Order: sequence, then C-alpha cells, then structure tokens
Amino acid sequence: MMTGALLSTTLLTKRFGGLEAICELDFSVKESSIVSIIGPNGAGKTTCFNCITGFYRPDEGEILFLDRSLIGLTPHEIAERGVSRTYQNIRLFGNLTALENILAGHHCRMRSTIGDALIHSTRHIREERESLEEANQVLVFVGLQGCGDTLACNLPYGEQRRLEIARAVACKPRLLLLDEPSAGMNPNETRNMITLIRRLRDELGITILIIEHDMHLIMTISEYVTVLDFGRKIAEGTPRQVQAHARVIEAYLGKARPIA
Amino acid sequence: MQPIQKLVTQISSKRWLMVALGVLGIVLILGLPMLPIPQKNLWVRIIGYAGLYILLGLGLLIHVGMTGMLDLGFAAYYGIGAYTAAFLLSDHFGLHLPFWLVLPIAGLVAALVSMLVCIPVLRLRGDYLAIVTLGFAEICRLLFLNLKPITNGSQGIMGIDKPLLGDIVFKTGTHFYYLIFLLLVLFIFLTNRLVKSRTGRAWMAIREDEDVAEISGIDTSRYKLLAFAAGAFLGGLSGAIFASWQGSIFPDNFNLMASINILCLIILGGLGNVYGVVIGALALIALPDMLRGLSDFRMLIFGILLIVMMILKPEGFLPRIPPKLESAHPADVQEGQ
Repeated sequence: MMTGALLSTTLLTKRFGGLEAICELDFSVKESSIVSIIGPNGAGKTTCFNCITGFYRPDEGEILFLDRSLIGLTPHEIAERGVSRTYQNIRLFGNLTALENILAGHHCRMRSTIGDALIHSTRHIREERESLEEANQVLVFVGLQGCGDTLACNLPYGEQRRLEIARAVACKPRLLLLDEPSAGMNPNETRNMITLIRRLRDELGITILIIEHDMHLIMTISEYVTVLDFGRKIAEGTPRQVQAHARVIEAYLGKARPIA
Repeated sequence: MQPIQKLVTQISSKRWLMVALGVLGIVLILGLPMLPIPQKNLWVRIIGYAGLYILLGLGLLIHVGMTGMLDLGFAAYYGIGAYTAAFLLSDHFGLHLPFWLVLPIAGLVAALVSMLVCIPVLRLRGDYLAIVTLGFAEICRLLFLNLKPITNGSQGIMGIDKPLLGDIVFKTGTHFYYLIFLLLVLFIFLTNRLVKSRTGRAWMAIREDEDVAEISGIDTSRYKLLAFAAGAFLGGLSGAIFASWQGSIFPDNFNLMASINILCLIILGGLGNVYGVVIGALALIALPDMLRGLSDFRMLIFGILLIVMMILKPEGFLPRIPPKLESAHPADVQEGQ
C-alpha cells in the first residue's frame, strides 16, 4: 500500500445477493491528487462510492480515511470527517435557491442549534453572516455569480452540475468524490469542468476521486487511474500505462479473436 | 378564471400591499371584540377558533411543509395536549395546577410522545410514514375512548379550569381570543426565525432529498426527531387551550376529520409559508362557519371553492418566497435577512 494515503481500501467486498458488486478491492488515493476509477457499466464504480460514503455497508474489508476506519459510520458522520460527493444523476435541493443549497451543504461546519435560532444568539447571528459570506464565495468560485437566488431546479443543466459541486465543496471536504461530472456535457462544457476540477485541487487543496466515462477528461486530468471490471481491479497506473494495458482494452472492446 | 389567478399573483408579489393587508388584518382582528356588530360573540368565537387552527397549522407546517414528513395524524398531538391539560386542570384527578404551568407541560408531553412514535419509524418515508401517523392518531382516539378509568371514555372530561391572570378569570371567548392572538404572534415570529436558520435549512434539505441531506452532513434522524417534537409541541399547546376554552373535551374532538382539516388548511394556504397558514385557516375554518346562514349549501360552496383553488393555484395561496441572499460583491456581504 502507498504511504501517505488519504483514503485506502483493503479487500473491500460488497455483495447484493449472489452478485459480487465489488470484490476484494484494494486501492488508495494520495493526498492532493486527482485519481480516477474507470470501468464498463456495472463494474462497481458507483457501489464503491456508496461504500465510501456510508450508504452501503461493505460485507468485508476495510476503508481507512486519514488512518481511521469509515466502516459503520453514518453518511453524515463521514461527511463531517471530510468526504463529500456528487451524483451521476444530479441531485440538488430543487426547491431551494442555489445559495440555500450551498448553505445546506455548509451545515456540518456550523454549530448553532435550534435554541440559538429561536433567541437569535450571537453565535447564530455571527455564524449565519459568516456562512452566507462563504456561500457567496463558493458561488463565485464555481462561476455561478448572478444565479444565487435562482431555485436550483430552474438552473440549466450545466449550472446544476456546478451547483452540485458547490454544495459538496461547502462541506469543506478533504476528499471529493465526483460521479461522472461531465455526463451529458458538450466538449466546451467538459473543458470548463476540467478547469474547475483542477482549481478545486490547486486552489482549495481538495483531493479528487472521479468516476468517469469520458476518456478525454480522464486522460487529461487524472494522475492515477484504477480500472474495474465486474467488481475487480484489473489494472492501475498512470493514464498512459492504463491505456496500453491489454486487460483494459479487453474489458472495453472484447478480446481479439481470429476471424473464422 | 385567468384574471383571478393574475390578481392573486400580483397581490402576493407586492410587498407593501402584503404589509398593508397584514396591518389592516391585525387591526381588524384586535378590534373585533370591541366593534358594535350583531352576534359579536359568535364572530369572536369563529375567528378565535380559526386562530387555534392556525396554531395547529403552524405545527403541521413544520412536519409536512418544512421537513416533508406527510403526517396524517396531527390530531393525535392535539388530543394528547388536550387530555394532558384536562387531567391536570379538573376534578377528574383532583389536580388543579395553574394553567400557565399546564400549557407548556401539555406541549412537552405531546412532543415527547411524538418522539417516541418517531423513533421506530425514522426510516420510513412518504406514504409509509403517512400510514403510520394515520394509525397512531386512530390508536390515540381509541385510547381516549376506551381507557375509561383514565379518560372517562365517551363521556369525556368536564369542568376544566379556566386560565387565571391576576384577578382576571378567562371566562369569555374574548379572553381566549386575545390569548390565542398573542401566542400566534409569538409562534409565527419564532417559526419565521427557524425557517431562516441552520435548523430550518436542514429540515428543508431533508424534504427535498434525504440522502443528499445526509451526505451534506445533516444528521437526518436527529433533525426529523426535532421537527416531529417541535410540531407536536404546538399541537399539544393548542390542545391545552382548546380544553380550557371549551371546559370539556371528548374523544371525538380529535378524530380523523380534525387531522385532515389541519392538513387541508396548510395545503390551501401554501406549504412552506407561515402566512399561508393564516389564510388557509381563515378560509377553511372560519369561512364554513360564516356561511352558516346559507344552511345546506355551505359545504357545497366550500367544496367548490376548494376545487377551484386547486385548479387555479395548486401551490396554495401563498407559496414560499425564496430569500434573496446573493451579495453583489462577495467581499462586503450585507447581513442576510
């Protein structure tokens, strides 16, 4: 195993009935890196995210984040430890405004209680002011200035993607899991997304773990790629190494067979 | 049809007009018991009763409108509050505690019971939760009816004490009218504060998407419990006032129709808006009473009104107005509202 890993899994296994969605998966993510998981549909990528974020409890294996186990923690406890995520199909708080979405994401970094809110304690007032300030900064960071008071469900698709990232960033994560961040985007939007992901790492110091199908995006920004097929790791390495790997080509394109 | 819809949107989008209407409404309501109008006591009673339903509606608004937990059994908390007050304020158990002490106790008992109900069903969502709450309310009503040694069954509990403030005994409807008005001002103010707080946002996030709320670091179980307790507290409070005002309570006061009425009024008023509850309660509780002169036609007119409303403005009279929070220059952010 790599040393200095922010997140690492050992022998991670998750079964659904007889189906092994993930099987004895070992991988790790170095602090301040941009790492990808790729693989054909049904390879277990999203299941892996669900295990890390605590929505699924793995059947076997260990997940360590900052050298502490995440197994058995609830998703909100994991969020508090510093892991946040976005979804393949965008999931926002549709009837709240963009800024309210970001403020809700900031929830676990706030402390005021229902009592503080009722009496408007100094803690409540200070925290609300600071959070709003930060939320506005996050809004500008992802390039949504001017859309802060728009209901999330009324934003165009690409901006919903950015808002989802903004909401996740508002949790102040150490590790951000992005599930197909460029799904359904045109090449121009994908380029902007690549820039945004890079800025998340370079300017905010967030480690990024991406699931993606868009090979251009993967090959451009990942520093390390893990390839899954049928729940097993079949290859890992730099994008260039993976690209040339025989089993990866086989998983995506099938085995070369002599023509009969 | 179209012009009416336009008018409603126009009115609700003009802030000064809303404020003016609000002030006018408050002056009218405060002055009502002093106006020289025929059948004054009846009017005071009707509006006071609507006020009680506004308080109930505020409680249910926290469950359904803010946290998105469809609660079809809100009358249970109303009943628990009323029976708690009746036990502590009558000859039934020979306890005659001061009303002002019993009022919060009734709220707290209802809140506690709601949390006990909530714990096993925290994982349920939507329809499933609705069924559980519906069942719970029926269980409560049947307990009120059949636990004769404690609740006196269908004969109910009579002779419940009136509140006492200094030398004044709250004998007339007018006294309760002002008591309810004061509590309403207080709780509308507090609910509004909650809406704009970390807690309120957590509730709304749970309403919108529970999984995403959880991954955003919101302890959804805890906030759902909190929402249940806060809503039930208001229900219990209303129950205590009801018990003391009527002087007697019966199991049938807290039947399914009561739950449905409260739900209807917040849907009519607009889920997610505190002032919507006020309009909803006036339309749904006071209007049928005002139309009493039309005898048999009143429920018909009322039903038609409801249907027309749902066609023209399905989101309710006053839907939620999203807050304006974006600052022009993030460097010098003004304090948000």
